[in-house]
Amino acid sequence: MKHDIVVIGGGPAGLAAAIAARDSGVEDVLILEREQELGGILNQCIHNGFGLHTFKEELTGPEYAARYIEQAEERNIPALLGTTVVSLERQGDGILITSVSRQDGLLQIEAKAAVLAMGCRERPRGALNTPGFRPAGIFSAGTAQRLVNREGYLPGKEVVILGSGDIGLIMARRMTLEGAKVKCVAEIQPYSGGLKRNIVQCLNDYGIPLKLSHTVVDIHGKKRVTGVTIAEVDEKMKPIPGTEEEIPCDTLLLSVGLLPENELSKEIGVDLSPVTGGPTVNESLETSIPGVFACGNVLHVHDLVDYVSEEAEQAGKNCAAYVQRKAQGTEQTAEGKIPLLPQGAVRYTVPVTLNRDRMEDQLVVRFRVGQNLRNATVRVQADGKELLRRKRPVMAPGEMEQVILRKEWFTGNEKEITVWAGQE
Amino acid sequence: MKQYDAVIIGAGVTGSAVARELSRRKGNFLVLEKESDVCEGTSKANSAIIHAGFDAEPGTIKAKMNVQGNAMMDRISRELDIPFKRVGALVTCLDEADLPHLEELYRRGEANGVPGIRLLNGEEAREIEPNLQETVCGALLAETSGIVCPFEMTLGFAENAAQNGVEFCFNTAVTSIEKKEKNWVLHTDAGDVETKVVVNAAGVHADELHNQVCEEKLEITPRRGEYMLLDKSAGAHVSRTVFQLPGAYGKGVLVSPTVHGNLLVGPTAADSDEKENNSTTAEGLAEVGEKSALAVKNIPLRQVITSFTGLRAHERGDDFVLGESAEGFFDAAGIESPGLSSAPAVGVYLAEKIAEKLNLPEKPDFDPIRKGVVKIAALPVEERQKKIEENPAYGAIVCRCEEISEGEILDAIHSTLGAKTLDGVKRRTRAGMGRCQSGFCSPRVMELLARELPADMREIRKNGKGSEIVFEKIR
Amino acid sequence: METRELICIGCPLGCPLRVEVNDALEVLSVSGNTCKRGEEYGKREVTAPTRTVTSTVRVLGGKAPVIPVRTATDIPKEKIFDCMEEIRKAAIAAPVKIGDIVIENVAGTGVNLIASKAVGREE
Repeated sequence: MKHDIVVIGGGPAGLAAAIAARDSGVEDVLILEREQELGGILNQCIHNGFGLHTFKEELTGPEYAARYIEQAEERNIPALLGTTVVSLERQGDGILITSVSRQDGLLQIEAKAAVLAMGCRERPRGALNTPGFRPAGIFSAGTAQRLVNREGYLPGKEVVILGSGDIGLIMARRMTLEGAKVKCVAEIQPYSGGLKRNIVQCLNDYGIPLKLSHTVVDIHGKKRVTGVTIAEVDEKMKPIPGTEEEIPCDTLLLSVGLLPENELSKEIGVDLSPVTGGPTVNESLETSIPGVFACGNVLHVHDLVDYVSEEAEQAGKNCAAYVQRKAQGTEQTAEGKIPLLPQGAVRYTVPVTLNRDRMEDQLVVRFRVGQNLRNATVRVQADGKELLRRKRPVMAPGEMEQVILRKEWFTGNEKEITVWAGQE
Repeated sequence: MKQYDAVIIGAGVTGSAVARELSRRKGNFLVLEKESDVCEGTSKANSAIIHAGFDAEPGTIKAKMNVQGNAMMDRISRELDIPFKRVGALVTCLDEADLPHLEELYRRGEANGVPGIRLLNGEEAREIEPNLQETVCGALLAETSGIVCPFEMTLGFAENAAQNGVEFCFNTAVTSIEKKEKNWVLHTDAGDVETKVVVNAAGVHADELHNQVCEEKLEITPRRGEYMLLDKSAGAHVSRTVFQLPGAYGKGVLVSPTVHGNLLVGPTAADSDEKENNSTTAEGLAEVGEKSALAVKNIPLRQVITSFTGLRAHERGDDFVLGESAEGFFDAAGIESPGLSSAPAVGVYLAEKIAEKLNLPEKPDFDPIRKGVVKIAALPVEERQKKIEENPAYGAIVCRCEEISEGEILDAIHSTLGAKTLDGVKRRTRAGMGRCQSGFCSPRVMELLARELPADMREIRKNGKGSEIVFEKIR
Repeated sequence: METRELICIGCPLGCPLRVEVNDALEVLSVSGNTCKRGEEYGKREVTAPTRTVTSTVRVLGGKAPVIPVRTATDIPKEKIFDCMEEIRKAAIAAPVKIGDIVIENVAGTGVNLIASKAVGREE
């Protein structure tokens, strides 16, 4: 089986990438999706708040997904559902994808180019190394979300939530509405990584306390959770002795971070960033392997799905351009990579390099900061020369930031571009 | 009241091994287990090592059983489809002053009849195990040491026993034992059973049973051992089991690859007075982290995917208690390390004693072969394709981290002593054992269990009674 | 007179607002905000707070056991639990299209509860 472009993942990133690739003139695009339907995790995100940027209206997750699924269907973009990619290899100058499914068994697909759009997974309890028992009743917030929203079961009645990521906050409200008592949300950081709106509408509306600088230090109950001990932490995030408080509960939900799911990317040898856990990409959102592009949460964890779609559209378009160049026999390896370096409070940038010849008139550079900032400045310089300076009244680690670079600013001979944020 | 020739109390690795060896004989045999599955106690939470046998004091039962058990493992793993690899072990010495102790260990190995051991200097050790610390100044290499999947090992024995006619009763705790003429009556929370012979393989609880019927009392102290399991990306950090020679630093912890490709570090050793407390502690996990670094450098501890505590059944006399402690009452008590390594030999030893006592004839149709759930993803491409054509459920991936299909989960549920719980499925197939720790697959596995058992979703448990996962159907 | 304390949700700044109201719940002043939007949010949140409710409803004869639903627009905040009460009892037969009305005038709010996902018939 041969295809021009194979998109791995049929969530918001994969859908937008496939649609953009088709609209850019590549006819032969195939989506591989492991679930039985397209839409990815949006299918269980039944709350509203999606699409304000893209559609200028407030949609629920399934509604947002439906808009893209419709577009893919209108274009007759084929998708293999229930199909899990099990290996990814380079083959000549293309990519060999092996997938498995109920209907087709093992399939070997040769692709000229691929878009990685596998999304992310939740950090599990084990990764936190929280001491205590290992009973039933400990769920990642997303697992609980699936049980409640898709299966129709309540996983617990008395709940403590560790971590104030948005999924945890959303689940605090969701379980409260279904009759559970959410006793508190403990957040190890001195601030919440969740959106203000979620703190107000998911916690404050229902009188659920948010305990900042607190973490779970012990889990009780051999068979099912019977309680947890929380404690305050110091500035090094170490529990402060004497601040322990035991809270009886039957359920502990974890909302302690998302990790890009790059096992396949590793297998094919894509370079990964130790900061984001996602591939390092150039201005075209192309990974270290020519013809392999990445977008959405597999590239770096986003805060809003609107930005996932936007980024994926770009990846799809660039991937199509790659295939077209290949068909025309045009040179694929463009000379002159300028590195983009994060500085100050900036933790990382996507992309990490840019090539002037390959960049469009405008290039969106996305990044996150590592701390809360007020009255901050974002500055972009090329070899010490300032290209851009913007004031930001507030910046937070939970929010993705962006700057737009213009092609006309560059000669192509720059040694480095720095993206800095901080207080001047 | 049902009558048996022998009733084995405890479906851990020891009880299951005895059951399997007894099933070579004609007779009525029963295994009683208080938990909902095999391998729920000490057998499931340990170092997963088949020790070479140099550690135990020469002349002890431990030493004898360990060396015999180790030698039996190649055949056992073949017959019972148990993942087992003789990767070898290195006992590292971290202080020149301790080198005489290393030599003593070598001599002990020789005295115990351990094959394939030799002493290395620090450089030789680092040459074969490059991540050893520079401070390692000598090591004992034991080539016959191996790694095993303790759950598959227990399940292998138990399933093979069941195939050959041994009954298993789960969720059944023995509350007391009583002599009735020449037989024993076992009172359980699910009724009474009568038997000619009792095998006490009750792990940390073995002393409680023993002391009901024997003059000479046992005292078992649960010795807690905390471990951390690291992601497969760290699995190749060492290629052998690396022990630390007990010395000024204390007992030391081991760093070992697992048979499934993860890295295991631990255990601590702390006596406890709670026989069911297998919780981990912040101090214990910190200790594992610190001590593991003494012998092996740059262990990527941040890649931990889970941690756990095992309870070793340490008997006061510091040796296994094996044999007929009272008329018709056979002990397999005080089975701590190297209990896993010794289990094959303990099984044969006790089964022979019992067969002799009851005069049980051999069963000509005994089948020594057991097959575990076939790991579809590990098959060659053509075979995997064929399997999926025969049964499309083998093509539907449920656990994405370990690449486990729906078909394998169905196999686990419908096999001999089939899985009834999430943990049961996990241990038989590895679904949920990967890096996401069942976040994605657990709702799907629950659905499959509910459909196949069949049961209501609210009855699906993580493991034993009381570990239900969802409470209420809200729609 | 009474003072209510709120957090503005208009942007990540999250300004702490103090809204003074009289006994008739008329807003006398809003302070703590840094922009006009904050003032408007403060006024609205104190006088007539509203929310969109999202949940799920049981499906009869569908490919999925439940479908996600939402109120077509915001409803008064104090009606949330009444709305949930009706949602819990409701059921809808497959097939369902996105936007189909599941409950008309839910909890007497004048707002319809609509399906936010399509569900086909069970095969």
